[in-house]
Amino acid sequence: MPFRMALLALLRHRARTVLAAFGIAVSAALLLDMVMLSSGMRENFQGFLLLRGYQLRVAPKGTLPFDSDATIDSVGTLVRAISQLPGVIAVSPVLGAQAQTAVRDTTISAFALGIDPRVQGDYELLRGADVSDSSSVVVNDRWLALTQHAIGDSVTLAVGYDPQLRTVVGERQFRIAGVARFFYTATTQPTIAMRLPVLQAMGGSARHDHASLLMVKAAPGVDLEVVRARIQQVSARVSAISLEGATAQVEQRLAYFRQLALVLGSISLGVGILLVTTLITIGVNERAGEIAVLRAIGVAKQSVVLQVVTEGLVLSGVGAIAGMLIGLVTARWLERILADFPGMPSTFRFFVFQPYDAGIALGLLATAGVLAGIYPAWRAASLPIAVTLRREAVA
Amino acid sequence: MSALVQARDLARDYSMGSGAVHALRGVSFDVEDGEWLAIVGPSGCGKSTLLNLLGAVDTPDAGTLTIGGERIDKLDDAAATAFRLRRIGFVFQRFYLMPALTAAENIELPMAEAKVVRNVRMARAKELLGYVGLAERSGHRPSQLSGGEQQRVAIARALANRPALLLADEPTGELDAATGRDMIELFRRLNGDGTTIVVVTHDAQMAEAATRRIQMRDGRVVAGEAS
Repeated sequence: MPFRMALLALLRHRARTVLAAFGIAVSAALLLDMVMLSSGMRENFQGFLLLRGYQLRVAPKGTLPFDSDATIDSVGTLVRAISQLPGVIAVSPVLGAQAQTAVRDTTISAFALGIDPRVQGDYELLRGADVSDSSSVVVNDRWLALTQHAIGDSVTLAVGYDPQLRTVVGERQFRIAGVARFFYTATTQPTIAMRLPVLQAMGGSARHDHASLLMVKAAPGVDLEVVRARIQQVSARVSAISLEGATAQVEQRLAYFRQLALVLGSISLGVGILLVTTLITIGVNERAGEIAVLRAIGVAKQSVVLQVVTEGLVLSGVGAIAGMLIGLVTARWLERILADFPGMPSTFRFFVFQPYDAGIALGLLATAGVLAGIYPAWRAASLPIAVTLRREAVA
Repeated sequence: MSALVQARDLARDYSMGSGAVHALRGVSFDVEDGEWLAIVGPSGCGKSTLLNLLGAVDTPDAGTLTIGGERIDKLDDAAATAFRLRRIGFVFQRFYLMPALTAAENIELPMAEAKVVRNVRMARAKELLGYVGLAERSGHRPSQLSGGEQQRVAIARALANRPALLLADEPTGELDAATGRDMIELFRRLNGDGTTIVVVTHDAQMAEAATRRIQMRDGRVVAGEAS
């Protein structure tokens, strides 16, 4: 009976109940989005790094991958040494540079990757052919759009500009072999990839046998920390970073985001609690006479408490379920906005829906619903029966 | 007949502003089993306070109160609630039915609280609605019933758990004269069927219909008479 009474009490003021549930839904949506954002970024970052199964990154000492222009020298020897370590099944060297292309009277600058096509983990081919020889490149759609080229076209690329000589450096003729989606660059960033030795040669002696980064894949079941330590022993000039290490470093940098998410999530939860408490308290005050009568005819305090807490729980539950849907829609909308941020990799996602997180958000809201019902329930159960009945009679 | 209710030297004070109001000052009386007692007197004489003590919704500051052999003047809240549920039936001036529940559901409410199984509750509610002449109105909500019908449902609700004592506070106060007379007849029938009733009333006809009256003034019983 208390459950039925609680539902009927909520249905008695339908418009008010619907508005309150909507308010809770908005709070719930914000809470879900914040939970998705705070844990989603971490989860997504790990998936982001593991796109092609490379669990370890090797960067110049003291840097993060592509964190600076620093490069690793004697990379050929290093790659061979790491490849021979127990547990390592692939090493993918990557060199980054800027590559210019003259288009009519302007120059298009693109991010160029020097890769080993047999082990590369930076892109997936969408159309055409992969980098098959020293004169072929793959490009992304953005580069094609800016240069107005197509697959099969010949193009001249340079990797630098000498302001004193007023001439480009490392100019070379290429054929566009295919179009690729690059995992770690923004969709708005024109990007190309070519064979590593070619890009090294274009960079001159400064880039000879250099790489910006090594991606290392270990065999399944191998302790990554052991592999990381072995790589570190091979060369003191590099920093070997495991997935956990990279995640920890990124988390450190994203701490501000997570704190913001935590604060906003807590505020939304607090607002939800206050909303439910206010509404249920108003309802209890309006029904003071009814509640006193219930107590007078022998309804126990516990039943009154159960009824009022149920009201809070039902209101929170309905709001939470609606909030989950609103939260998913708003997360998708916010994702689109954030994806347009300059430099944001196309494969990176800020909001990742995880049933566990949704469960946490729902659990928090259910707890909030119960907490929100406690004060009005206490008020209802504490009403002095005789005084309330007399007050009602006088009123 | 044996005394169902034994009230001895009941006193109840209320603090009001700076002073105290002596609502009851040494009230003593008995109510025999099967009796219909009317408590009459001017407004503010302590009638409703006395009814609240009899119904265990309030406790006296002094004196003893025994109902059905059980001392109820010092019951804690849980015990008083259980006592009200099982032994007392309350009828209020303003009916106080739960507006969202049907007539039958209102009657089932105290039985549900007493953990009576659903089919037994439904059967009892049907029986009581028939008793008060509202068999056809079981599915109606209070807003769909007249004042007299609502009071009949309230009486049926009060009888749901077969209480030892039916307490009524101005049961005809909100009713027109004709409906009030019907209500008196219903009380007469209830009493005739063995229900012990204590009614607080300003209604002379209701008081006249009772088997005994006590007159109160300034928190004291000043006179008593039997019909």
